[in-house]
Amino acid sequence: MIYFDRVSKVYKDDSIALDDVSLSIEPKEFISIVGHSGAGKTTLLRMLLVEDRPSSGSVFFESTDIHQLSKFELTNFRRRIGTVFQDFRLLPRKTAFENIAFAMEVAGRSDEEIESDVPHVLNLVDLGDKMWNFPHELSGGEKQRVAIARAIVNQPDVVIADEPTGMLDPINTYDIVQILKKINELGTTVILTTHNKGVIDSLGKRVVTLDRGRVIRDDKRGRYVL
Amino acid sequence: MFWTNTKRILRSGFVSFFRNGFVSLAAVLVMTITLFAIGSLLFSGALLEKSLNELKDKVDVNVYFLTTAPEDDILAFKTVLEGLPEVKEVTYTSREEALVIFRARHEDDQLTLQALDELDENPLGASLSIKAKETSQYEGIANFLEGDDALSIVETPIIEKVNFFQNKAAIDKLTEIISSSEQSNLLKTILLIIVSILITFNTIRLAIYDSREEIKLMKLVGASNWYVQGPFIVTGIMYGVISAVVALALFYPVTLWFGPVFYPFNFFSTIESTSLLIYYSNNFSEIFIAVFGTGIVLGALSSYLAVKKYLKV
Repeated sequence: MIYFDRVSKVYKDDSIALDDVSLSIEPKEFISIVGHSGAGKTTLLRMLLVEDRPSSGSVFFESTDIHQLSKFELTNFRRRIGTVFQDFRLLPRKTAFENIAFAMEVAGRSDEEIESDVPHVLNLVDLGDKMWNFPHELSGGEKQRVAIARAIVNQPDVVIADEPTGMLDPINTYDIVQILKKINELGTTVILTTHNKGVIDSLGKRVVTLDRGRVIRDDKRGRYVL
Repeated sequence: MFWTNTKRILRSGFVSFFRNGFVSLAAVLVMTITLFAIGSLLFSGALLEKSLNELKDKVDVNVYFLTTAPEDDILAFKTVLEGLPEVKEVTYTSREEALVIFRARHEDDQLTLQALDELDENPLGASLSIKAKETSQYEGIANFLEGDDALSIVETPIIEKVNFFQNKAAIDKLTEIISSSEQSNLLKTILLIIVSILITFNTIRLAIYDSREEIKLMKLVGASNWYVQGPFIVTGIMYGVISAVVALALFYPVTLWFGPVFYPFNFFSTIESTSLLIYYSNNFSEIFIAVFGTGIVLGALSSYLAVKKYLKV
């Protein structure tokens, strides 16, 4: 489904973020990417979102080279991916409801669908009562749940979670991981990056370990080994 | 889908105008000042033009004819003058009219009137008053009057004198003042408009700089460029519309209170033309279009350009 083909990324100051990475991700897989800070985890995800372009190599999504997409195709492609960030990245001047509605609006969904789906997905992440709160009125865990709700509301093929628990306490971390697991069980590919050993060990899913821009381990039922 | 999106963009722009209350207030204030400056320039330009036109209107060249000059010859001469491209209008004052005007002007001066009555016949000659289209053209007309072409129209000389040459220095000076004040006014207008547009543009750019992360995120969620830009442009247009309304409303008291003070040559003109308020109400539709149009274009364009910078994700 997703295939990184010998992807390298060298920044202008000659620092190497990714070094000849090849990686294949199957549909409905739950894959965790681990590594020290600066190992290249976030860079890898940025390549998949086309936030950044590789210095060499290609990234394929269902046999399409996503870095060759036109502007219009890229916009459509991004609607098939839900993204959760460590720093939540909610729209600060929109309520929880509007943040999720925005993702549906850009996907061209009707007002009726938005009216019915947004409360549904907010209830799913247990935030039905905070629908009209602005992000600054929510706790970290609540913000991240809004972000997850936004990521899944359009039923994407892939959910990318870039250190989603990095700023959360253990209880919220557990909740978020349970939600991600549930999303995966419902048939969505999940790509997770994290530093949290406990999270990885409890998942018992595929783990790819990066070190200085290279894949050093790829375990089917992996543990956090560094 | 198009209408749904348009509706959503309008609503989103409208809502964000109010949610970013403080930023909106700052943008509206700066833009009001810009529009007010542009409007004031319109006013001062119009006033200057009006004053200069009134001054120009005071200038003419008079040709005084000999008392013996036959009226037919003078009228023939008038027709020739009217044919000249520089000439705007020629007014004929007959000998009898000249006498009436002379009497009216000296009605309090019994001595002069008595002296006039002593004379058997009207001592005043007929005259032609010539107005040129531009003050700089008087010299050409005067030279024509002095030259052979003018003299050849009739056989015997009939012109007594042409008063241009007495007034030459004053007319030349006036021509110089008019052209230099027109040029400097144009220059000041252009300069001030550029400065105020830059200030407004910068204010809106700063307001949008604050939203750069949001813009990036919207793109990552899969929003198209115009779906991201749209609400910002709507908000920009709202800045423009509200500022234009405020500026237009401000012009009322300002023109009413300061009208006579601002008018540089008001001793020349009648009461009506000194009132800026009347100028404002007579030309309201033009000023309305200019101020509103500038506001909307400035708001929309500034937002468009400012957001564009952050869309490359």
